[in-house]
Amino acid sequence: MKVVIRIVFILIWGGLLGSADAQPLRVSQEGEIPTIAEALERAQPGDTLIIEGGTYREYNLVVDKPLTILGKDRPVIDGERQGFILVIKADDVTVKGLEVRHASTSFMEDYAGILVEKTNNTLIEDVRLIDNFFGIYLAETNKAVIRNNYLSASGERETSSGNGIHLWYSKDTRIEGNYVKGHRDGLYFEFVDGANIKDNLSEENIRYGIHFMYSDNCRYVANTFRDNGGGVAVMYTSNVEIIGNTFKDNWGSSAYGMLLKEINRSRIEENHFENNSVGLYIEATSRNMVTGNTFHQNGWAIKLMANSTDNEFKANNFIANSFEVATNSRRNFNTFSGNYWSRYEGYDLDRDGVGDVPHHPVRLFTILVEKQPQSLLLLRSLLIDILDAAEKVMPSLTPETLIDDQPQMKPLP
Amino acid sequence: MKSLTILNYQWKDLVRGKWIFGYALIYLLISDALIRFGGSGPKALLSISNVMLLLVPLVSMIYGALYLYQSKEFTELLLAQPLNRKTLFWGLYGGLAIPLSSAYTLGVLIPMLYSGMLNGEQIVSILMLLALGIILTLLFTGIGFWLGLSYFEDRIKGLGFALVGWLFLAVLYDGLVLLIIFMLGDYPIEKPMLALTMLNPIDLARIIVLLEFDISALMGYTGAIFNRFFGSFWGIITAGLSLMLWLVIPLWGSTRKFREMDF
Repeated sequence: MKVVIRIVFILIWGGLLGSADAQPLRVSQEGEIPTIAEALERAQPGDTLIIEGGTYREYNLVVDKPLTILGKDRPVIDGERQGFILVIKADDVTVKGLEVRHASTSFMEDYAGILVEKTNNTLIEDVRLIDNFFGIYLAETNKAVIRNNYLSASGERETSSGNGIHLWYSKDTRIEGNYVKGHRDGLYFEFVDGANIKDNLSEENIRYGIHFMYSDNCRYVANTFRDNGGGVAVMYTSNVEIIGNTFKDNWGSSAYGMLLKEINRSRIEENHFENNSVGLYIEATSRNMVTGNTFHQNGWAIKLMANSTDNEFKANNFIANSFEVATNSRRNFNTFSGNYWSRYEGYDLDRDGVGDVPHHPVRLFTILVEKQPQSLLLLRSLLIDILDAAEKVMPSLTPETLIDDQPQMKPLP
Repeated sequence: MKSLTILNYQWKDLVRGKWIFGYALIYLLISDALIRFGGSGPKALLSISNVMLLLVPLVSMIYGALYLYQSKEFTELLLAQPLNRKTLFWGLYGGLAIPLSSAYTLGVLIPMLYSGMLNGEQIVSILMLLALGIILTLLFTGIGFWLGLSYFEDRIKGLGFALVGWLFLAVLYDGLVLLIIFMLGDYPIEKPMLALTMLNPIDLARIIVLLEFDISALMGYTGAIFNRFFGSFWGIITAGLSLMLWLVIPLWGSTRKFREMDF
């Protein structure tokens, strides 16, 4: 209690001091300071800028001192495709309640709605970024927070479109509750460490919903990625936690709910893969725990390349997928156990909830389709079922050791 | 009008035979079991559609031929009456095809009704399943009639052809397709493949089931022609129209045969 009172007291005192010390600078088109550029010049470090409603046609606005920039009645800053719009180069900058439009498009320069470069403690909240090349671009930042922003773009092609939230060499970033649509990659991370990505929705992007590489120790929790051109790609990273996300409606010959390439010692838990051409594509990936996920009505629930080893697939639900597991070798170095497979046809005589005969998730037909993709046309044919049944009795083409010897009889909660 | 009277007689005859109830009961039990054990999700619908693709053509075709043989005397008696042969044919055909399709529809629909599947978002899939079953029943009863009329005096031959025909369309045809794929897979054979599937009504129905339930897998295929066919609305329309065409062919054949035949 004492502590709380003290905190409240400090807050009130701090607030009083702040208001007494520095009058906020008001930017308004009819007022004393009509442009943001001028306000930025006049501001002292630690000042608050309040931008009144209206459209400001300005670009390359450099914030080079710690400031709090607040929008009142959501002012619009329109860059008219001239360059960057807001460039943050100082520590402790807060930006809230703005709308940023039309950063320049270029093949040479990564123009962004908001560029944050070499800073600490940047906070960007409740900002709308419409039709920018890159949305929010963070380079060499530390402890930035990007929260509840709305980003949308209408790029047609990968080359003429930038990423929504782009992080490069950034540490300890928090990205929460953002909405990204129509960019090249919704979220993009390269050489990022310790990021926490939560409750974001990334959809209808041209390439990937999220794309990350060389980004160790990150956490991805409860995000939704749907209907992106290539789904989600996750590469060359160790120690990632991907928990409770939804991957949905990614259709196409190279679209994956999630693509894992060279991911090691990571946890993939309680995610939901629904209606993707391939739910989870795994390549050169080792020592991961894949547990408690649900694969629902995907074309292929898991495509597991044989250069992946020591991954554990436990307690997942595989429901109504056209193919459960596909692989490219007769050898298998991963373990499947205790999953629920809706294609399982075994029985449970001792009634302990675990099927008495092992389940073979790789069907003969899976292999036929790998060899001759045209034979996909014969899916659900009686002939194929007969061939599958024969193969099940005497495996000669399917991997003998890729089995689940504890298949669950009922879907796991 | 007279067709309806004949149809009515046929119906009474079928009811007396109790066959048709058994047929409906089979669907009822299978659907009930599948929904009970597989949940009311897409899994049960998929299993029911598999059963449908298997059972409907077999029963309709065999029963179509068989029924013609059974009611041989009745037909000959009616032929002596001042009746148009066309009327008589439609009466006979309707008298079998309509009860068969109703048996299928009720058998599948009732378990869905009491497990509450009709309120869900699956209603389109369910309607498709019912429509496909009905079309296949009409189609294969037609083929059965055609075979029955072609070998009117030789039941063994007629039934034999019905059985072999079913085996060919349901299994062997796909084997042939698979063989062609593996022999000529390196060539651009996608268009001929699609054409080949259009030539088999069971395959056509299967493709429509695929378009409903496995579209995410179909879209994963790396070929522009399949993707364009399956990805657009044209796929389902083309398949549906081809199935309709298939429905007309055996009926047209059997009406012609029936009109010109010397009983």
